[in-house]
Amino acid sequence: MHIIVTVKQVPETRTLRMDEATGTLVRDSGTAIVNPLDLYAVELALQLKELHNAHVTAISMGPPHAEKALREVMSMGVDDAVLVSDRAYAGSDAWSTAWILAAAINTVKDFDLIICGERATDGDTGQVGPELAAALNINALTYVNHFELASAGDFTASRLVEDGEEQLAGKLPMLLTVVKEIAVPRLPVLEGKIRARRAPVKTLGQNELKLDERLVGLQGAPTRVDKIFRPQIMRDCIMASATQGQGALAAVKQLNEFLLTRRIGGGGV
Amino acid sequence: MKEAFSGIWIIAGQRDGELLRISFELIARGLELARKRNTSLTAVVFGAGMTNKELYRLIRCGADRVIVADFPELDKFDLELHAACLTALINEYKPEVVLAGATTTGRSLAPYAAMNVHAGLTADCTGLDIDPESGLLIQTRPAAGGNIMASIKSPSCRPQMATLRPHSCLPAEPLKGRGESSGVILRMKQLPPSPEGRNTVKHIGFCPLSEDFGIQDAEKVVVVGRGIKKADNLKLVFDFAKRIGAAVGATREVVDRGWMSYPHQIGLSGKTISPRLYMAFGVSGSIQHLAGMRTAETVVAVNTDPEAQIFSIADFGITGSLFDVIPALIGEINAGNATWIK
Ligand SMILES: Cc1cc2nc3c(=O)[nH]c(=O)nc-3n(C[C@H](O)[C@H](O)[C@H](O)COP(=O)(O)OP(=O)(O)OC[C@H]3O[C@@H](n4cnc5c(N)ncnc54)[C@H](O)[C@@H]3O)c2cc1C
Ligand SMILES: Nc1ncnc2c1ncn2[C@@H]1O[C@H](COP(=O)(O)O)[C@@H](O)[C@H]1O
Repeated sequence: MHIIVTVKQVPETRTLRMDEATGTLVRDSGTAIVNPLDLYAVELALQLKELHNAHVTAISMGPPHAEKALREVMSMGVDDAVLVSDRAYAGSDAWSTAWILAAAINTVKDFDLIICGERATDGDTGQVGPELAAALNINALTYVNHFELASAGDFTASRLVEDGEEQLAGKLPMLLTVVKEIAVPRLPVLEGKIRARRAPVKTLGQNELKLDERLVGLQGAPTRVDKIFRPQIMRDCIMASATQGQGALAAVKQLNEFLLTRRIGGGGV
Repeated sequence: MKEAFSGIWIIAGQRDGELLRISFELIARGLELARKRNTSLTAVVFGAGMTNKELYRLIRCGADRVIVADFPELDKFDLELHAACLTALINEYKPEVVLAGATTTGRSLAPYAAMNVHAGLTADCTGLDIDPESGLLIQTRPAAGGNIMASIKSPSCRPQMATLRPHSCLPAEPLKGRGESSGVILRMKQLPPSPEGRNTVKHIGFCPLSEDFGIQDAEKVVVVGRGIKKADNLKLVFDFAKRIGAAVGATREVVDRGWMSYPHQIGLSGKTISPRLYMAFGVSGSIQHLAGMRTAETVVAVNTDPEAQIFSIADFGITGSLFDVIPALIGEINAGNATWIK
């Protein structure tokens, strides 16, 4: 059995701040990490590996230094890693990323299961998973919070939706996007770290994939960021003060008058 | 050929044959775009046993046409199957714009179909506009943790697809003068053939969540921030909320301290609400919190700090302590002086 996990390298967002004066983003010396939500995908893959003796390959598209993210998940126990990297792929949006990943996956060995994170903390679209399934012509389950496999490739799973949890059954191949509840990611062990440092990372680019350049990178991305701006949030606020003496009562009376002029649903006691 | 694509589509959501609120939010957005672009509005519905009576609700609220794929196989959500239907419909009718809800269903279905038809798709939009001449859709969504907004376009691919954040606008209501004859219902004749080797998914059960989902559907929401100081003080807020028939929400500061549970959190990493009345007590109005409530109809804020950012988005603000103002509010209700509560 062969499981593929998709992992993305993202900038550390805890340190992301706004410069109030200029309205621009302050990025503190850009440390790059494995997309935190992808660690849940990796953990599920590793648990399935232990139970079913599966082989786990991690794949990432990104600049050459995304190799670090791949080595990190190898140190957790992932067997193989594939880095998809080419200048021609820079500027890809979710559509072109999924297109490229699908092409890369098709050059790797046949798979039974693909596991993706729910979303990447930088792009934050959550679209690459379902788009990848479509590009590979397989069905997908999104927002999976539980997954169990019988050896014959039959599985049961549950999905977390707005008003509850759906319980499902199906057969591999399948693509999953998983949510936090799926598992608790393990920490890398020393042995894993040593192996990961030496393990080869296979690299794929345009030489190997030969994709139509009109479909990849900035040129191929259907969406474009047109501009970035600070949200305008202003309403004309009527102010009342409750800071002195009978202030609270007077302010509340004024508020009650004001609310009479607004359309407000009933339902009070 | 971009010119071959026309009309605004929305993908309505339903459960057990009943249209969900998001469907009408999408109608409201779609109608705005259709009017501006001077084109028609179509609602697409997937399900099993959808009655015309229910579907006419969409027409009364502004849809010119409803296309329904109504088959037993579509009773429960199967991504590949639903996406195959949507893909077939898009290829046949060529809409210029397709909007879905940014729900677990919409955020799965829209990308799967977008890949199939090579469309640009923008996730989780809070604002939409259209250029009346070119038909270019201008999609606005929060980026970088809500600190900034990005506006996104899909200049060359059609349709232009977007998922819309639930509760980011008020749902459409039936329009004067519109009846069953104001639009048509088309029923899809057969399911597209299922591609060979693709696996369908069997639904074996559903387990509803126990937490109450009150705040997203409530007309009135009272929200507490860190100004409440400790969990014990929440009693005061709950007492007031009960008297005006409001649900209670909280900022992340309050949830992180364990004073209230996560389902109450409003904001970027919590729920998005759009009530008729939002009342904030001790909330500073951080950009991440505002991301979840900016579309509320009337906003009232009480804060000791006259410079608090929450006032910039409020319609009525009181500078003062919530510990003085809430008792005064309750006092006035008891005295029968709060006649806006009917
Ligand atoms: C990635 C990210 C996601 C986030 N997501 C969310 C989210 O989803 N929701 C969210 O809410 N936050 C979110 N936050 C946190 C957000 O940045 C703020 O920290 C938070 O909203 C502040 O909560 P607050 O207004 O309760 O607290 P504070 O900012 O501490 O404000 C407390 C306010 O109470 C006032 N006050 C004090 N005493 C009184 C009194 N007696 N009477 C009246 N007023 C009083 C003070 O003047 C102050 O304005 C997020 C942050 C990040 C970085
Ligand atoms: N460049 C990438 N390389 C590998 N996997 C990715 C990449 N981008 C997205 N993914 C996967 O798709 C998921 C959703 O990402 P996104 O659609 O960008 O929010 C992530 O959690 C990853 O599992």
